[in-house]
Formats: sequence, structure tokens, C-alpha cells
Amino acid sequence: MRRVAKLSAACIASAALALTATACGSTSSDNNNGSSTSGDGKGVKVGLAFDVGGRGDRSFNDSAARGVDKAKKEFGGDVKELTAKTSDTEADREQRLSDLADAGYNPIVGVGYAYAASMAKVAAKYPKTTFGIVDSVVNGKNVDSINFTEEQGSYLAGVSAALKTKTKHVGFIGGVDVPLIKKFEAGYVQGVKDTNPKIKVDTQYLSHGSDTSGFASPDKGKEAAQGMLDNGADVIYTAAGSSGNGAIEAVAGKKGAWAIGVDSDQYNIPGLSKYKNAILTSMVKNVDVGVYDFVKSVHDGKPLTGTNTYSLAKDGVSLSTSGGFIDDIQAKLDAAKKKIVDGSIKVKTTP
Amino acid sequence: MNKLTSRIDKERLLLGIAAPVLAVVAALVVTALVILATGKNPGPAFNDMVTYGFASDSQVFILNKATTYYLAGVAVAIGFRMNLFNIGVDGQYRLAAFVAAVLGGALTVPGWLAIPLIIVCAMATGALWAAIAGILKVTRGVSEVIATIMLNSIATAIIGYLLQPGKLGQLDEAGTLVSTKPLPSSSHFFNIDTGPAGVLDGFVVVAVVVGIAYWFVLGRTRFGFDLRTVGQSESAASASGVSVKKMIATSMIISGAVAGLIGMPTLLNESYQYDNSFPAGIGFTGIAIALLGRNNPIGIALGALLWGFLERTTNHLEFQGYDKEILGVIQGVIVLCVVIAYEVVRRYGLKRQQQKVGAELAAQAAAPTKKQEVA
Repeated sequence: MRRVAKLSAACIASAALALTATACGSTSSDNNNGSSTSGDGKGVKVGLAFDVGGRGDRSFNDSAARGVDKAKKEFGGDVKELTAKTSDTEADREQRLSDLADAGYNPIVGVGYAYAASMAKVAAKYPKTTFGIVDSVVNGKNVDSINFTEEQGSYLAGVSAALKTKTKHVGFIGGVDVPLIKKFEAGYVQGVKDTNPKIKVDTQYLSHGSDTSGFASPDKGKEAAQGMLDNGADVIYTAAGSSGNGAIEAVAGKKGAWAIGVDSDQYNIPGLSKYKNAILTSMVKNVDVGVYDFVKSVHDGKPLTGTNTYSLAKDGVSLSTSGGFIDDIQAKLDAAKKKIVDGSIKVKTTP
Repeated sequence: MNKLTSRIDKERLLLGIAAPVLAVVAALVVTALVILATGKNPGPAFNDMVTYGFASDSQVFILNKATTYYLAGVAVAIGFRMNLFNIGVDGQYRLAAFVAAVLGGALTVPGWLAIPLIIVCAMATGALWAAIAGILKVTRGVSEVIATIMLNSIATAIIGYLLQPGKLGQLDEAGTLVSTKPLPSSSHFFNIDTGPAGVLDGFVVVAVVVGIAYWFVLGRTRFGFDLRTVGQSESAASASGVSVKKMIATSMIISGAVAGLIGMPTLLNESYQYDNSFPAGIGFTGIAIALLGRNNPIGIALGALLWGFLERTTNHLEFQGYDKEILGVIQGVIVLCVVIAYEVVRRYGLKRQQQKVGAELAAQAAAPTKKQEVA
């Protein structure tokens, strides 16, 4: 019995201690106030919160980083980069954004839709700081939601695949079956079918749900692409982060087959130069443009807010022409682009 | 006689505390060396960790994190006490949170009824998922380690399949995040608002209750005694009339039921929905914390708080220009040191015990030789 009493006393005491400490202690931002140097008037002070992978992923995060680098080069200033972990919870993401805001960084960019919920909370707490989020929509007076119409660019990728295939059989490989990647699939399939309804489209996702390994497994990408090639597909579009490198490698191994790259102009990526003659084109998503515009707007004193969609019309997404492999069909692609821009073709966002 | 037992208890307590303290100190030393190796000074880093970690908003953050980690630690510890390695806590809590979120989103009953229903549903799902491994073990002799690892992947696949727009998921405004239908605000668990420091999850109360129940059931009931007996020696247990198979299945189910609670602080206090950004991998954190806390209810609490503290402060270290990988280094070294330190301390304790018994025997042999002769 004595032990019960002791144990419960210990529990109550520690709980009480924790709560009083919580109520009375100063917050970390109070502690910080002395040391934070908020804006000396020169240049920009950008806080950059990356998604998992961070700078150096050769894809999505790197593209955002390019935008900020460009802004820094032009306006001078200071950039603070923080990177997400896979085990992150809402609380970690909130802390990351709050830390940046506390230290006086303005604007703050959240790269990736994972930051949506935490940014909504933090932006409300720091009304004087401007926030930007890539690939999501956050409602708030001081938030710029930077979005891209991946489905429109993918539609054009589909058109080029349909025009280039000889076997009347093409493929799509997605990294993870999340809604964002399904936008790529939806646009691509529609582009193929609108051009030639008889063409067969194989679709495959490398991983599912919360298992995000499909974005970072070149071996899985290679296997999936090889399977499609063996089935007779001869143009394969891969939207799967670094797994796409494996797919491109597999496609390059088969004569007459084409790969379509994603996010960056993969023809010009040094690591892929061995296979560049198999890369028909790349569906480029100009995250850097969106991020740069946002940082510039804050620097100019007229911060962008609301939802800014970087569509095909604004060159937010485009097909790269490096290598000149799609020069012969450029006229048809331009015609399709025109139809999307003027609204006579509506591209679906879900397959 | 009474004096003797209390002295031994004290010594055992001291030895019990020595291991985790040794481990944490060793981890700090290794971390300092790692920071030094990256060409930075570890002094300011530790200083920053302490000042930042004890700020009031950090304390709220740590308590919130520790709530989740504590439940994970207890779920794993229940298996450990029984010599069962429930690696499947990870899949159990994710599936449980998903099913509970779907139910919570669909319920239209008032909160006082909905919240218990959601919690019971989560516990039942976790228990069922763990029961598969438990039943496989007792009927077919499948190792629970293999079965639960595989069940983790299956849980991921099931959630991935069902969490799609048109099935049980819905798309957000930007069309980039798919989630279950959010819980109505009446089904939100109570929060403790501490002002500028942030909001403390009310679920911390449930975690404390679970801790007390764990201590009571394992330490003070016939069932708990049987469970620990089976864990220490199956043959001894079955010789004394305990059904080992029944105990294995039961403890797996209880472990799964507690695992079902792990996602609840996040679901009922923070996110109110299940989506792809729902925290994953906490089941594995639970293994580390149960090891660190020696399966002891208070030890696990301290381990959970330490883990929360490390995450909070190393997040901030990254901000100060240190490498964010430091967190992984500290955590990994702590777990490694804990295992080594326990073994070292156990051997030391054993040696001391042997010496003591030897000394007592020698004293006995020296003093009452006459008595023996008489007898």
C-alpha cells in the first residue's frame, strides 16, 4: 500500500511540476527576442522549410532552392534552410515554421503540401510575416499558395507520347499513388487518348499510401519500366522523383523506346547524360519561378497572397525541347497548348 | 530480516537507475565527439538545448510528444514482459487510427458518446490486428517478429487502398492531400490551453491512466503474475498450471489494444483526420523507449519525456546551424548504450550478489561449525 501512495504522489507531483513550469516559464520566443536580428533593411531574409529530401534531391526541393538562390543573388540577404524528417508530426512542422518566424525571417516558404495544416496555424500567429506554400492551398491574408497545373503539362507529354509511339502502346509510372501524382497520370492519359483513342496506356505506381519509398527507389523504377517495355510499350512517362532515373536507364537500354522526364529538364541533368538520347522531352514544373516570384514580391513590398496558379498559360509547366526530339511534332503540341490555354480542352485532375 | 530486504531493494534500485543514466551520459559524450568532429563546439549546442528545451512552449511540445511515445512504450513493454517482440505496434496504431478516423468522421452522435466510441474502436482494431500475429504464433508456431513485420506492410497497403478519393478519403482544396472526413468539432478531445506556451493535449490524462493500469495489472494481479512468469520461463509457468498459449494470445491482444491508443492524441487533439502526413514509425520509437525505461511504468515515462526533449531541442539545433542528423546520432547511441549498460550493470550486480552470498556462506561456515557438529 505504501508503494501505491508513493507512486501516486510521485505522479501527481511530477504532473503538477510540469504544469506549473508550463504556466510560469517564459516561452522560447521570449528568450530569443534579444538575439534575433529582424531585417537590417538590406536584401531578403528568406526562411526555407524543405520537404523530406531537402536540398540536393535533384528534383522538387532543388527546384524551390533554385528560386530562392536566384532571389538571394539578385537582392542579397540571408537564407535559412530547414529540412523535414520522415518521422515529422504536425508539431515538428509547426515548430520549424515558428522558429523561422520568431527569428524574423520574412518571407517563409514551405516546400510541399505537408506544410499546409501547420502553415495555416503559424501564419495566423504571425500576421506580419508573409508565408508561401508550394503545391497546396492555405487560406490566410498573409499566405501565398503556389500551385502548378501538372495535369496540363502532362497532357502535352501525353500528346507527344501518342505521336511518337510506333507500337501504339505507352506507359505511365507514378512514384506513390498520392493525389498529386494522379494529376500527372490523369493529364497524360487524357493527352494520349485525345490524340489517338486506340493507344493502350499502362499505368503503374511504385508504392502506395504512406509508404513513400516509390519516390526514391531507382531499382523499382527500372523494374517497372522494364516490365512495360517487355509488354510492348515504347514511350514511358515517369513521375516518381529519383525512381525516374531507373526508369530512364531501362528505357535507354531498348532501341527505339523513349522516356519522358519530369520536374526538371532531365536531358540536361549531368547524372543522366549517358541516357539523354533516350529522353524525348521532360514535363518541367517551374517551382523555382513560383518561389522566386513570391520572394521578389515580398522584397518589392507588395507581397503576393491568395492562390497563385502557375498554369500552362503562364509557363508554370512546360515541355522541354532539349535534344530536339520533339521538333517535328512541335506544331501539333503548340495547337494542343493553345486549346488548353483558351479553355477548349479541359484537362482532368483525377484519373 | 526486514532491514536486509530493504537494503537489497535499495541496491537493486540504484543498479536499475545506473544503467539508463550511464547510457545517457555515454550518448552525450559520443554526441559531443561527433559535434567536435564536424568542426563545431559542442558546449553552446548543449547550452542551447537546455535553455530552449526548458522554455515553456518547449515543455508543452515535449509533453504532447511524450504522451504519444508513452503509449507506444507501454504497448511494446507489455509484449516485452512476456518475452514477445511486438514489432507490429507500428502497423497496429496506424490501422487503428485510420479506422477510428473513418468512424469518427461518420459519427453524428454527441461528443460524450462519440469520443469513447472512437477510442474503443481504435483499441479494438489494434487488438484485432495484433491478434492475427498472436493466433498464428499459438496455432502454427509462426514467430511473432516475422508475422508482425509483415502485418505492418499489409496495414500500409490496406490504408493506401482505402484512403483514396471515392473510397474512404476525400481531396483537399488544392487536390494534393487526401484525408478521411474530418471529425466534427464535438468529437474533439479536451485541450488544456496554457496561453502563450501553446495547447497541451488532454490525452496526457489518458496516458497517465494507462500507465497506472499497466503498473497495477502487471504488478498487482494474478494475471500480471502469470504473464511475467510465462515471460521468465514457459516451462515453469505451464508446470504451475498457467496456459502458456492463452497467455501469449492474450498479451498480444492487450499490447495491440494499447497500440491502438497511440494515434489517438494526434487524431483527437491535433489533426482530427487521418491523411498521408499522419506520423509514421512511432511503433519503432516505442521499442527504444520501452528498452530505455526497462518496461517500468515510470521508466517509460522518463524515456518518453527524454525522447520528446531530444526531438524538440535538436529541431532547434538545426536552426542554430548544427546538422540535423545529430538527433539520429543521439537516439541511436542511447539505445545502443542502454543495451550495453544493462548487460554491464546486470553482470556487476550478479557478481556482487555472488560475492555477498559467498561472504555470508564463508561467515556461516566459520562461525557455527560447532553447531553443525552437534547436529
